[in-house]
Amino acid sequence: MNYFLSEELRDIKELCAEIAEKYIIPARAELDEENRFPSEIMKVMADSDLCGIYIPEAYGGSAEMFGGGSLALCVATEELSRACGGVAVSFAANALGAMPILISGSEDQKKKYLPLLASGSRMAAFALTEPEAGSDAGGVKTRAVRDGDHYVINGTKQWITNGGEAQIYTVIAQTDPSRGARGLSAFIMEEGTEGFSYGKKENKMGIRASATRELIFEDCRVPVENLIAREGFGFIVAMKTLNRSRPGVAAQAVGIAQGALDEAAGYASQRVQFGRRIDSFQGIQFMLADMATQIEAARALVYSVARMIDAGEKKYEKESAMAKVFASDVAMRVTTDAVQILGGYGYMKEYPVEKMMRDAKITQIYEGTNQIQRAVIASALIKETAGGKR
Amino acid sequence: MASIEVRRDACVGCGACVPACPFGVISMEDGLAVIGEACTLCGACESACPYGAIIIRTGEAGGGDLSEYSGVMVLAEQRNNEVDHSTLELLGEASRLAEVSGEKVSVLLMTARPGNWPERLISHGADIVYVAAVPELERYRTEPFSRIAERVIREKKPAVVLAAATTTGRDLMPRIAKYLETGLTADCTELAIDDETGVLLQTRPAFGGNILATIVCSDTRPQMATVRPKVMKALEPDSSRKGVVEEIGILPGDLESRTEILEWLPLEEGEVDISEAEVIVSGGRGLKSPENFALLRELAGLLGGSVGASRAAVDAGWIEYPHQVGQTGKTVQPRIYLACGISGAVQHRVGMQSSDRILALNKDENAPIFEFCDHGYVGDLFEVLPLVIKEIRRRLG
Amino acid sequence: MRFVVVVKQVPDTAEVRIDEEKGTLIREGVPSILNPFDEYAIEEALRWRDELGGSVIVVTMGPPQAEAVLREAVAMGADEAILLSDRAFAGADTLATSNTLARAVSRIGDVDVVITGKQAIDGDTAQTGPSIAASLDWPQVTFVGKVRQLGDGVMVAERYVEDGCEVIRASLPVVITLLKDANTPRLPSLRGKMKARKMEIPVWGIDDLGLEPGKVGLDGSPTRVVKVATPEASSGGEIHRGEPGELAALIVDRLLGGEVE
Repeated sequence: MNYFLSEELRDIKELCAEIAEKYIIPARAELDEENRFPSEIMKVMADSDLCGIYIPEAYGGSAEMFGGGSLALCVATEELSRACGGVAVSFAANALGAMPILISGSEDQKKKYLPLLASGSRMAAFALTEPEAGSDAGGVKTRAVRDGDHYVINGTKQWITNGGEAQIYTVIAQTDPSRGARGLSAFIMEEGTEGFSYGKKENKMGIRASATRELIFEDCRVPVENLIAREGFGFIVAMKTLNRSRPGVAAQAVGIAQGALDEAAGYASQRVQFGRRIDSFQGIQFMLADMATQIEAARALVYSVARMIDAGEKKYEKESAMAKVFASDVAMRVTTDAVQILGGYGYMKEYPVEKMMRDAKITQIYEGTNQIQRAVIASALIKETAGGKR
Repeated sequence: MASIEVRRDACVGCGACVPACPFGVISMEDGLAVIGEACTLCGACESACPYGAIIIRTGEAGGGDLSEYSGVMVLAEQRNNEVDHSTLELLGEASRLAEVSGEKVSVLLMTARPGNWPERLISHGADIVYVAAVPELERYRTEPFSRIAERVIREKKPAVVLAAATTTGRDLMPRIAKYLETGLTADCTELAIDDETGVLLQTRPAFGGNILATIVCSDTRPQMATVRPKVMKALEPDSSRKGVVEEIGILPGDLESRTEILEWLPLEEGEVDISEAEVIVSGGRGLKSPENFALLRELAGLLGGSVGASRAAVDAGWIEYPHQVGQTGKTVQPRIYLACGISGAVQHRVGMQSSDRILALNKDENAPIFEFCDHGYVGDLFEVLPLVIKEIRRRLG
Repeated sequence: MRFVVVVKQVPDTAEVRIDEEKGTLIREGVPSILNPFDEYAIEEALRWRDELGGSVIVVTMGPPQAEAVLREAVAMGADEAILLSDRAFAGADTLATSNTLARAVSRIGDVDVVITGKQAIDGDTAQTGPSIAASLDWPQVTFVGKVRQLGDGVMVAERYVEDGCEVIRASLPVVITLLKDANTPRLPSLRGKMKARKMEIPVWGIDDLGLEPGKVGLDGSPTRVVKVATPEASSGGEIHRGEPGELAALIVDRLLGGEVE
């Protein structure tokens, strides 16, 4: 389908496709097997100016050139995910880590950190999840206590994408436990801060090229100027960040699904059984047709939401959740069907579709499970109904 | 300015030119051949047209009295204080070419110490050996060698000049050809004299070995070509052959050079150049990882051979580029070439197809390599190769 | 330091297929690409420019659509691009091509280093580089695997030959032809791609270069292709199937058996 992407957005797509072909596809099986972070590929992306596509020109990026940056980030993430969801999320998680600064940071914070991220000389990560705080962000136990012109932070963050690889972390911590979610605050934490260390690297089912790690804070002293927005605004910062980043997860899902469809269609055109190419069998044809249709519908939704954000719409929580739910469910179905079409070969590691199926699963889980997304969508619906909008 | 024209009065619309065009730019419209924009004026259609209806017009060709030129001159190459074998092959080919017209075969030897080389060259077919010998010609350098060769060629007027398509020949010959404003054909695999015109027909692979192009240089002399090593056959040496040795004087300025060899780093012991290897065990995408090249190294070691690789394996970073065989790598002609897990894409094929015997091991029975190997084995290399190694150890004791 | 990189647009020979019935090349759908060796030449020039300062000017001779490879080079980071295009240039062999390219180098002026790929994958002649050097009367270093040093009027480079490596010092200006060992070409950057799309690329024809018709194109080419044939299709070898052990024994027979046939 022709989405009439601007020439600049097509440049992004082309460039990501080239990176995928030259660097990601040759390496993806090995990165997956060895659970290894793709540092060299991240360097290539930085050298290709891809790290600043969502950051405004004033802070060293190029977002204006692409009409805002949300669609740009989606196009890039989708194209990279087509080759490897793990490499793609390592790229996209930078934007997630940068988003609190971009959305709610002070001018000084933006000037200090965003250019480093736009050039790709530093990487970022967003740290919200804890062992006891997943879907329920109010359960965050990490504590930040004001001490003069510093905050002293103690606690542990879990399953942090780009953990150990990033140098700049945006961390959600509790400044007023009596207020629950309303007592959360967001901080910028730099690697090397005394008392900040990394825990174990996780051994995951999918997106194994990405680094997922624990962050451990033991009496970490963070200067007060690293507080994002104000005390007690942490939950809002986190929610705004996730609303903005969810189309990216959705784009990742679309890319993974497209990659799986490409493999399945290619295989079905080569594989001969009963003396015929298997794509001549209606059973396979209908599967491929459904896969393609679902992917296109998901892509159309994702691009529409991203365009809405780029156009300046302020309220997009519901739509962003819809894109994420729909695209990630599509990715899971399509990758499962791709494995089915490849049959026994699909189940083998020599072919990339089993990995795509493993990679797809996480898109239904992270940045808010699909159940939480449905709750978000439903609550928005209920509000609209109550407000007489329906 | 050059142009191509279809004579409307002569074209009968037979369509013979359409498949003859290597670029697919000719179509038939209203019973006439129409030449498309992408035409490169290569001339293939002109010779294919049975009615002489296609004409390529060139401007005025360079003049000069072509009849002043006769004989075949070979530019000798030295390696490891020896005449390189490629020179002997060229002498063999030169003798065959010169025989047609009854002309002489000469060879230009530029070196520091000729020793008994002139006699050796004569025994391999040279009628005249021109020797330019000064210590400064110890190693090949572009400027002194091209300057001396240019002068000798201008003086002796050979009709044909041949050199090996080695790094030396391919550095030297284009330079001389430019000085002489004459044509040069690279990396020929076949040479012949046209019966009617007496011009040299120079045949070489192009387009990654997809086509063989025959090229002539009709209007300027000499006709120059570099020739792929190990394709032509040297003559059996005959020490009773007689020849003339003529010394070439060195002029002031001949030895001036703007390049200087600071250091010579020969390939290390045991580091066989694959283009010289007798046996090559080569691996491709099917090897799956760099570690698995150890299998090939072990096997090559047992056979006294070298390890080669396809572009896929090199691009994946499993083995270094000097091992790459193919169009963008090295051309090899071993006695035995064993391809393991190599599909046999065209660009690989052109680098190894002149091997004496090609063995191919691949688990995909539809791999193109099975279409041009001598012996194909359909099997999993990870199962078969360890058994091959074991069996060789057993047989060799 | 001023670099000129000479590049060529070529058909992707890996994609060329033979029509087995007609015995001709199927060129339809074969993409035109930047000659792979030239990517290394561009990269080498960019690296030295980044280190020493100066500019990289990329030049090609070809039909108007050859401009695409110049834009690729600009997207990688080349500063300027010039297309040499004229109907009079058509049908050029390596001599006529290098006459044209050498004249362009002279017209650009103040060039220190001309870099080009070892060879183009359509013709595989490797003649253009040395021939340009001869036309300009500059020194040349061919088959360069590594440029060690550049500046102060000299270059030191490693030239890879059959049995080893020559470390060569050359005075500038110089023409070099590059092997793939020399570097790893960078990808284009986003900014580069945008610059490439918008850049006006000057086109120089025969009059701009002040060349005579007899020196360029088909008329300036002493060689002519008189026949094009496809290599004989091989009938295919003897194919063996069986258990790994059986196959291994057969392979060893061939490997050790010497002249069995």
